[in-house]
Amino acid sequence: MSARLNWLLVGLAVLIAAAPMILGLPGEYGGADDRAKSAIEETGYQPWFQSVWEPPSGEIASMLFALQAALGAGVVGYVIGRLQGRRERLK
Amino acid sequence: MHIMEGFLPAGHALAWTAVSAPFVFVGVARLRKVLRDRPEMRLTLAAAGAFAFVLSALKLPSVTGSCSHPTGTGLGAMVVGPAATTVLGTIVLLFQSLLLAHGGLTTLGANVFSMAVAGPWIAFGVWKLAGRLGAPVGLAVFLGAALGDLGTYVVTSAQLALAFPDEISGYGGAFAKFAGIFALTQIPLAIAEGLLTVVVMNALVGRQIKLEVRA
Repeated sequence: MSARLNWLLVGLAVLIAAAPMILGLPGEYGGADDRAKSAIEETGYQPWFQSVWEPPSGEIASMLFALQAALGAGVVGYVIGRLQGRRERLK
Repeated sequence: MHIMEGFLPAGHALAWTAVSAPFVFVGVARLRKVLRDRPEMRLTLAAAGAFAFVLSALKLPSVTGSCSHPTGTGLGAMVVGPAATTVLGTIVLLFQSLLLAHGGLTTLGANVFSMAVAGPWIAFGVWKLAGRLGAPVGLAVFLGAALGDLGTYVVTSAQLALAFPDEISGYGGAFAKFAGIFALTQIPLAIAEGLLTVVVMNALVGRQIKLEVRA
């Protein structure tokens, strides 16, 4: 498949993620996981176990999420580059 | 789709752990075999795990006015097989429950089942079926990844409905409630994951990389 088509697909994915904001759809934009948590708490359920460790602040949590994504993206990029290089050598 | 720490009754938590454990054990054996028989798969395997790492860290806004994240496990299911992908997904979930307080150890079994067992197997099944029905490779990959992602959230909704049936409308009502939170939000994100999976698959697949995998 052509590089142009790839960029088109990436652009489309970005557009899907940005659409709610572009269209100005109403909402809190909180996490669905947290909404489910609230829905469970409404039934009167009490969690019986707490997280072993919690990031002390939202900043630290977002840093760890960014780190997770960065590590993953780094490895994906490395592998794609390696494979591309291997293919060019084989030509 | 992360069920938070302590948010499943102990019996349910234990039962899901028991259901998921064999998949993890078989997955580890499968992963070992792949690495032994085809060491050239190491890079592809790393990319599949890393892709799940990236996508499950991205919380994206959705049309329902809340945010959720893709799972990224469909790619793994197609390039290294669903069994090995269970191990990759479990590592991601363990990382998130220990370092991010996202998900949990008591709910790990349930979360592994939805994201690392059901998702990859749905993705694999849909991808194979679409291919057999004559769909172009790109479309088959897209459908597999998107439906695997969506399937994960449907399974989470069912798990929560089983644990917290509604007093009046029972399991059905509870499922509708949780699916309204999870599955609806997930539809556009699943489409985005499908598109990105096609792009990464295109970049990964070379002439010498075989894509036929056995589960």
